[in-house]
Amino acid sequence: MKVRVHVSLKPGVLDPQGRAIHHSLEGLGFAGVNDVRAGRLFELDVAETVTDEAIDDMCRKLLANMVIENYRIEKVAA
Amino acid sequence: MAFTSAVITFPGSNCDRDMAVALEKVSGTAPHRVWHGDSQLPEGLDFIAVPGGFSYGDYLRCGAIASRSPIMQAVIAAAERGVPVLGVCNGFQVLTESGLLPGALLRNAGLNFVCREVSLEVANAQSLFTSAYDAGQVIRVPVAHHDGNYFADDATLDRLEGEGRVAFRYAEEVNGSARSIAGLLNAAGNVLGMMPHPERAIEDTHGGTDGRGLFESAIRGLVGA
Repeated sequence: MKVRVHVSLKPGVLDPQGRAIHHSLEGLGFAGVNDVRAGRLFELDVAETVTDEAIDDMCRKLLANMVIENYRIEKVAA
Repeated sequence: MAFTSAVITFPGSNCDRDMAVALEKVSGTAPHRVWHGDSQLPEGLDFIAVPGGFSYGDYLRCGAIASRSPIMQAVIAAAERGVPVLGVCNGFQVLTESGLLPGALLRNAGLNFVCREVSLEVANAQSLFTSAYDAGQVIRVPVAHHDGNYFADDATLDRLEGEGRVAFRYAEEVNGSARSIAGLLNAAGNVLGMMPHPERAIEDTHGGTDGRGLFESAIRGLVGA
């Protein structure tokens, strides 16, 4: 089973990398970009026996830092 | 009475030797060297140091993998029993990732790696780690980090300041840290995390000895002068 975990900074947490990317996009001449937030994508291949609770636990215990980040779990059709 | 300490080494630690040398020079006793894969600490420790570096290549988040390593479970248990724990630079990141200290350390606001000597204000001179300094004293200590921008929500910051848990503040702009926090204590006062490197300022050849007071504070507080 393929699972994607999207990790993003919580609203209000300063994202200097996103800001630098935003600045660079503007430098390339792309107009109308209001904001950029950088995040992280994990692609997991897990056994069918792995429960939703276990995947949620993986996110909380390691993949995301709950102080500064949110996560979203997406199951991908094979 | 001998001062019994330990320095933890992770794959990618690079300030572990400096920390061990500092502890030996100030206390007179060489620390135990403990490897990340060990699951037990030596008996009877007075002090544990989690050094700087790039543990596990800073993979995932700085300090994230190290904080889940076997030895850190023993360090967390020791800290909860009251054993003093000092985390410097990557060691501070390991302590926040492990939950021993609140908040998180983000990429420097200016995005650059900052490597220079900075001025620090001693914000709390009554802790185990800072009693050799005077409150408000400004000391010069080197920093060398890419992710030292301390973050916590406003309510947490208010609480930390109210409880006197800010040990050191930057006396100049360094990395964008909230409330200029450079070093932070846990609620019990036996855990200190800080981005600047006191172990790099303990003898004249380092260009200054202002970091020495931190080790002297702890040694005096733990085993007497």
